[in-house]
Amino acid sequence: MTANIELLELALEAAQHYGATYCDVRLIEQQSELLQTKNMAVAVFNRSQSKGIGIRVIADGGWGFASTQKLSTKAIKQCARRAVEVAQASGTVMKHPLRLADEPTWHATWVSPHLIDPFSIAVEDKVAILLACAKTMMAVSGVTLAQGMMHFIKDQKYFANSAGTRTTQTSIRSGCVIEANTTSGNERQRRSYPCAFGQYEQAGYEMVLRWNLPAHAEEIAQEAVALLSAPLCPQGEIDTIIGSSQLGLQIHESMGHPSELDRALGQEINFAGASFLTPDQRGVLQYGSSIVNLVADATAPGALGSFGFDDEGVEAQCTYLVRDGIFEGFLSSRDTAHLVGLKRSGGAMRAESWNFAPIIRMTNISLQTGAAGSLDDLIANTGSGIYMETNKSWSIDSMRYNFQFSTEIAWEIKAGKRGRILKNPSYSGITPVFWNTCDAIGGDSDYINWGTPNCGKGQPMQTMWTGHGASPARFRKLTVGIAQS
Amino acid sequence: MLTESQCRKIIDFALACGQKLASKKKPLAIEVSLTGTNVATSRFANNEMTQNQAPSANYLSVRVLKSGRQARLDSLDLSSAGIEAMVKSAVKACDLLEAEDDLLPLPTAAKKSQSTSAVDRYHPPTVKLTALDRAREIGKIIALAEAGKVSAAGVYSSGENFNAIGNSNGLFRYYRETSAECSITVTDDGATSWVKAQSPRYGEVDGALLAERAIAKAHLARHPQDLTPGRYTAILEPAAVLDLLTYLWWDFSGTSHVDKLSCLLEKVGEKVFGDNITIVDDVGSAMQCGCPFDGEGVTRQSINLVDKGVVSALVHSRQSAQRLRNSTHAKTESTGHSLAQPSAMGEMPLNLVIEGGISSIEEMIQQVQGDQEAVLLTRVWYVREVDGATKLLTGMTRDGTFLVKDGAIVQPVRNLRFNVSLIDLLNNVIALGPSIRTAGVEGFPAIVPAMMVKNFNFTEGTRF
Repeated sequence: MTANIELLELALEAAQHYGATYCDVRLIEQQSELLQTKNMAVAVFNRSQSKGIGIRVIADGGWGFASTQKLSTKAIKQCARRAVEVAQASGTVMKHPLRLADEPTWHATWVSPHLIDPFSIAVEDKVAILLACAKTMMAVSGVTLAQGMMHFIKDQKYFANSAGTRTTQTSIRSGCVIEANTTSGNERQRRSYPCAFGQYEQAGYEMVLRWNLPAHAEEIAQEAVALLSAPLCPQGEIDTIIGSSQLGLQIHESMGHPSELDRALGQEINFAGASFLTPDQRGVLQYGSSIVNLVADATAPGALGSFGFDDEGVEAQCTYLVRDGIFEGFLSSRDTAHLVGLKRSGGAMRAESWNFAPIIRMTNISLQTGAAGSLDDLIANTGSGIYMETNKSWSIDSMRYNFQFSTEIAWEIKAGKRGRILKNPSYSGITPVFWNTCDAIGGDSDYINWGTPNCGKGQPMQTMWTGHGASPARFRKLTVGIAQS
Repeated sequence: MLTESQCRKIIDFALACGQKLASKKKPLAIEVSLTGTNVATSRFANNEMTQNQAPSANYLSVRVLKSGRQARLDSLDLSSAGIEAMVKSAVKACDLLEAEDDLLPLPTAAKKSQSTSAVDRYHPPTVKLTALDRAREIGKIIALAEAGKVSAAGVYSSGENFNAIGNSNGLFRYYRETSAECSITVTDDGATSWVKAQSPRYGEVDGALLAERAIAKAHLARHPQDLTPGRYTAILEPAAVLDLLTYLWWDFSGTSHVDKLSCLLEKVGEKVFGDNITIVDDVGSAMQCGCPFDGEGVTRQSINLVDKGVVSALVHSRQSAQRLRNSTHAKTESTGHSLAQPSAMGEMPLNLVIEGGISSIEEMIQQVQGDQEAVLLTRVWYVREVDGATKLLTGMTRDGTFLVKDGAIVQPVRNLRFNVSLIDLLNNVIALGPSIRTAGVEGFPAIVPAMMVKNFNFTEGTRF
């Protein structure tokens, strides 16, 4: 640890020596383990480790970033020099001077909550769980492919900046999923548990045990088979309950991304797109109904998008993006905060690893719970409609207005009861119209902070882990089924 | 970046570490891969630089096969001690797993006759581009944008990549390639346009030329009107074609058939697409880029995937070829398309060449006559699969969508959501442009034509 901190100091000193007027340095050690099973075989067993340093500087009024995995004194000095040269080149095509919002100087250590270090658990034990699930799923007649996955990542991050902040953070992230696939003629169906592509949390191996994959293997296998012969989800304007994992992704796409200030300012328009949430809409736009409250909460314990400090040394915060339905805030950084009149960054600058410069990313963008009780209560109070669960596909336009999602499964709601299974459900809408039709949000009993491990943004593209807390919620007269038209 | 001799030295050392751990009773097979990237990316928006990155990394990967088991470990530690420790760990990791029934031995070195003709896509002047060179290129783009009173955003990147692989059966391969890329989005009065070019040679990526095209198109896209959703003839520029068809490529992999997920299941040898559709995977094509060997070091073969609408072949790793041989008794062999093994996806055609035609986009526009209407798409965005069996995709238009009537562009239109089956789309192609090297955003670059397609299903609109 001391040696790593000395490397940070060396990088800071070198960067300033070469002409940096500001500098921050991240040294990250990462280890990961990925297990994937297909039917009764291990399809992938991969362990990886990575260590390197990323140096970000301001020089001649421009940003520069360089990184290296070589941690010798000579290599770090060369890397610092390269970062400064890149920044000086940036300075030749800058119109406005960079201005960083003030941030206190921090000396702190943060460790994500975990009970069991996943790297201390024998691989055989992990494989045994996945293969037990596969055996159960394959025993259900009609299942053509049973898959499972566990993924564990541990980051040790050392951060220092030229203003004096020094932090050390340890993040342990765990993910797991099982999936049953069925194929028949011109049909392909899939059911996943706990959610599509895996649930991820800032947690240790205890999360795998808590989600209890074997207990749900038969249920999803049966549902995947049932979907083959289920009736098609109807088309129309239909009252719809969206399950919490699907709603998590809906929040990610229709609230999380549009509230990124770099998008709103046009800085990401060439690839990830822009946003309909422009600065002039703050405090004005009726984004959703009055029961819709959305927060960016980097402090939520165990949620995937939590941390102690972001990748420019800003303390984790919880801020409102939408309060009582009104659009209120952005996800911001130190160099964008002043452009919308903020005195302090919201603390959303994050990088995939040491070899990427940080950009504005979601933390945990979550829908606060409502008064509608449990999922069963919501269904009972809905009369007739549809309940959709578990994402299958997702798409939204480059300003984040028009979206279309499909889910793995839906159930008919009749007379306040969950009825037959419906296949190939989908829904679509315009973001602020959609959120204004929200008239019931579930309570604490079904609230889950879902983790999205693979959010892509930036050029070169980097992936990020974000969280999305949600309970099931109801949307009146949602446009359903247009995908199949 | 590591040279061929540096890679050979590291790989030989790692293989020697493995052999020290092997015995007659417990033989080991080891595969060692090295990949590296040194590509710098300069980003700009609102007519100024916003980010400027120069990352660099070399990755080591070791796969060990022992007693019917296999494990892969990755690391960035290329020191002797680090490599030795990694090989030991990989051998130990094998002991943790159950034996696989159908694990194959590592491939042997290719005979010269099996090698793909040498491809050279390494252009030293492209490597030498500096941050200042990229800033100058961006400066030209910004100057043009300011002269046109528009806002430009985008990237200019340049650098090099390499792949090396060796194994305990004596196989060794090395490949390096340079890369230059520029993409630009121009905003004019709220309307946007987009251009992108990518090549191993920076001289073929002319930022100013691209900017002029983008500025002209953004001007044309101003003041869009709503278009009633419905089925229209669509004229898809090459980037739009590429970002749609990207979702079809894995369906040609052997593993997608073993897993019964492909939309082409039991359709090999059948006419699935229109007569005018021919698709080849060919890393040796003059306009292609990419490594001429696969994730196990096997030479990539040129494979005719679709011949005049007939699905004529799949691509295989050695593993998927064996599995299909065992399950269907077909005479399948590796085609050199394996991803790094073990892999859940198996293999992938990465070097697609779609046979083009002779119609320019202008000629396609001129074909729209009488009471016909068509929609011209610059590109598509956020494409996702809705139904894997019918290959139903959804997505949005973006950065220049136009209504075509009476042989001309008559009106920019607000963006539209579509829901389109790729199977249907490739049966509805009524004109093809010449195939050109094209880069999109959903997948890897390929050689594709513009397409004129009937019955393209636009299902909803949006607000811009």
